[in-house]
Amino acid sequence: MHQFTLPDLDRFEAWRDQARACAKACVPACSVSWRTGTDAPTLFADTVLPSPEKNGKPARAPEGFLDLARLVCAHESGEAFNLLYRLLIRLQGYPRLLSDRSDPDVETARRMEKSVRRDMQKMKAFVRFRELAGDAEFAGRRRFFAWFEPSHNIVQLAGPFFARRFADMDWVIATPRVTAIHENGNLRFDASPANRPHLTDQTEELWKTYFTHIFNPARLKVKAMCAEMPKKYWKNLPEAETIPLLIREAESRSRAMRDNAPGPVPPKAERVKARLHQTLESEPWAGDAAMTSKPSIEELRKDAASCARCQLCEMATQTVFGEGPQDADLMVVGEQPGDREDLAGKPFIGPAGQLFDRIAKSVGLNRSECYVTNAVKHFKFRPAGKRRIHQRPQNHEIDRCRWWLDREIKLVAPSLILAMGATALRALTGDGSGILKRRGGIKKSRYGIPVFVTVHPSFLLRLPSEQDRTVEEARFAADLATALDFVRQDRIIQSE
Amino acid sequence: MTSKTIKQKLAILSDAAKYDASCASSGTSKRNSAGGKGLGSTEGSGICHAYAPDGRCISLLKILMTNFCVYDCAYCINRISSDVERARFSPEEIIWLTIEFYRRNYIEGLFLSSGIIRTPDYTMEQMVRVAKELRTTHHFLGYIHLKTIPDAAPELIEEAGLYADRLSVNIELPTDAGVKKFAPEKDPASIRKTMADVRLKKLDYSEKTLSGRRRGKFAPAGQSTQMIVGADGANDAIILKYATRLYSGYGLKRVYYSAFSPIPSASSQLPLVRPPLEREHRLYQADWLLRFYGFEAGELTTEHETGGMLDLDLDPKLAWALRNRERFPVDVNRADRELLLRVPGFGTKTVSRLIAARRHKTLAYDDLMRLGAAMNRARSFITARGWTPGNQLDAENLRARFSVQTDRQLSLF
Repeated sequence: MHQFTLPDLDRFEAWRDQARACAKACVPACSVSWRTGTDAPTLFADTVLPSPEKNGKPARAPEGFLDLARLVCAHESGEAFNLLYRLLIRLQGYPRLLSDRSDPDVETARRMEKSVRRDMQKMKAFVRFRELAGDAEFAGRRRFFAWFEPSHNIVQLAGPFFARRFADMDWVIATPRVTAIHENGNLRFDASPANRPHLTDQTEELWKTYFTHIFNPARLKVKAMCAEMPKKYWKNLPEAETIPLLIREAESRSRAMRDNAPGPVPPKAERVKARLHQTLESEPWAGDAAMTSKPSIEELRKDAASCARCQLCEMATQTVFGEGPQDADLMVVGEQPGDREDLAGKPFIGPAGQLFDRIAKSVGLNRSECYVTNAVKHFKFRPAGKRRIHQRPQNHEIDRCRWWLDREIKLVAPSLILAMGATALRALTGDGSGILKRRGGIKKSRYGIPVFVTVHPSFLLRLPSEQDRTVEEARFAADLATALDFVRQDRIIQSE
Repeated sequence: MTSKTIKQKLAILSDAAKYDASCASSGTSKRNSAGGKGLGSTEGSGICHAYAPDGRCISLLKILMTNFCVYDCAYCINRISSDVERARFSPEEIIWLTIEFYRRNYIEGLFLSSGIIRTPDYTMEQMVRVAKELRTTHHFLGYIHLKTIPDAAPELIEEAGLYADRLSVNIELPTDAGVKKFAPEKDPASIRKTMADVRLKKLDYSEKTLSGRRRGKFAPAGQSTQMIVGADGANDAIILKYATRLYSGYGLKRVYYSAFSPIPSASSQLPLVRPPLEREHRLYQADWLLRFYGFEAGELTTEHETGGMLDLDLDPKLAWALRNRERFPVDVNRADRELLLRVPGFGTKTVSRLIAARRHKTLAYDDLMRLGAAMNRARSFITARGWTPGNQLDAENLRARFSVQTDRQLSLF
């Protein structure tokens, strides 16, 4: 029977060395035991590591075991070390063991790991530093001290966290057994026993003020508080001394809030409000002028911003209105705004818009010279987790939204309209069917202005094969070139 | 008028901030001060440094810059027509408090909000100044959450996102009609537009430049929002549908639901009742089901049985399972993840462990207990090696059995 005693400092490293030696000596798990504590420190020095067996192999541990062991070794229960050794031996024959959480040994070890992690988390949360007065000039660094009582042997595990966070201060975190000392950026640990000192810090008054006032007495939930901040930590938390009074007064305070009629309205409130509403309402509004003179695109855009002609506005962010010069010769009509367009409030800026820009540029069509708009002005989608899935607008939505398209066309009065996709085609001609057969042709619109038919650029994006995409991009480019030729010739005819 | 001490200001301006539910400090980029100049660190998971007797975590110094406000929102203690005592911190005072609290390990960082003074731009500018000085002058690496003021200029919001870990703007109430009624100066559409701007900026910053470099970090912990529950007449179906819209559209990290809580000298427009804490709790559970369990908003409530409300006596997943008994029992040794996630008493972690463990063996009832399943709920809905629920699923009183078991965990006053 081998018996080891583990120290408070570097406990994991000591266990690891002993466990390695035992494994190599083929010591079965039932023939070795560990204990901890400062009560028998000499025993540790006296224990000799077993000598390796002839056919003993060095123990191999799969990824994840050492991380687990490092944490479980901090657990203050006598069974942790033997359990880990048993796992190590079992892992030699069955390296995948750790992924079976239904195994009782694995489950116990994971439960211990969780308990140690929780203790570390509580230490990170509940350590309270108090500033040490006096020779604060030392190396120009401020000095702080904290006393903490962890449930497990976690100071060495949690210490580096404080060093990363409070790098520019010198500090000491003392616990009953292990003390962490941070000086000039160097962290070390000391295992001499310590006692709780009496220190004060004036900032604690402000912290208690904050704690008291951030509490909402109408929502008293003492059990929830104690579950996360168990009472055993309270004696080292300056704010905890305010808790009993806060609980006692909660009911009367919240009753007072319910029963008290509102106090007098401050005299200047009405004055400030009136001024605010004046500024809110004095924003440029051309409604009256628009009634008499011919409205501009800008006025139309302003009206469309509050459009609720169909239900699409209920889910979309904003109306995405057309954009471009009011005297453009070519008007481009797409389907509806997509995700990006909806966020930005501008048409044709998403992936399909970028593709359109690129292909248009390649045939000499400059987007800034066209008036670009959509048949439907709100984004229609189905929410799916973190994304919005585009949905094709229905005929009644296209028809409701034509109210705006009609007015855009009348104002811009282009010589040609480029209809991209079935939705645009339906809005412009009343029939959106058979787009692939009708593309490349010129149709007559409801407005008398000729409509050139092509596909929507998102059709190109959806093509799965690279080859198809190249072919279709070329066809789309050819369509745009034809439309551009038409507009140029029309311009020549007009000028003659 | 005598000037107030910092302690008096802190009392007033933390009192004014406590109705904001968010205190999260998680999910931001990892950074620390070791070996360099500066103070602070963030390491992924947030830390709750204390808990108030309302059971809420205190992670950040959550204060208002000022509680003076020109708006008149009925549900808000700081509305202009309220007779609450007013105060205003200077930027230096906020910075000093943040750093001194941080050095003593009281907090993870700062959550700064404010009443609207003068104009939205002026207010936002002052708040951004605090964040900027904390970062650039004091090299503060802790967590900063800034409330964005709706209608503030996009440049200010962009600057805020460069210094803050998280931005948030409150949608206030689950219906636009509610906002118009109770917050007459606020416009829900422009609040959503502010969210859209933050989303776009974050997308812009995450795209690489032509030289392949990142443009920098913009609000690495994302954005969140809060809506008040129980002040207007919206039912849970409307609230959850709205949450879905916000999560999908603006990439929100969290939607917080805040049970409307009576405030001192409240407006007479509002229901001055106990805050509906149980309803709030059920909404959070439902929110989790939407985000991590593959549920859709429409599945969790029924119009005809409960009038679009979640069941207060049962958790929403159990309520769903009882309404859809024909989908059970689920065979834990064969079912796919999607289906396992729908079993009451199985959490996401349990399901992952279960799927890993069943590669080793055919799982029995006891194995499931060790995997962390809450078998008191799960047992009626599953089959395992040596276990079938028998005719439990057909039992008329199944619902009643769970309702009795379900302890009303939330103590009301």
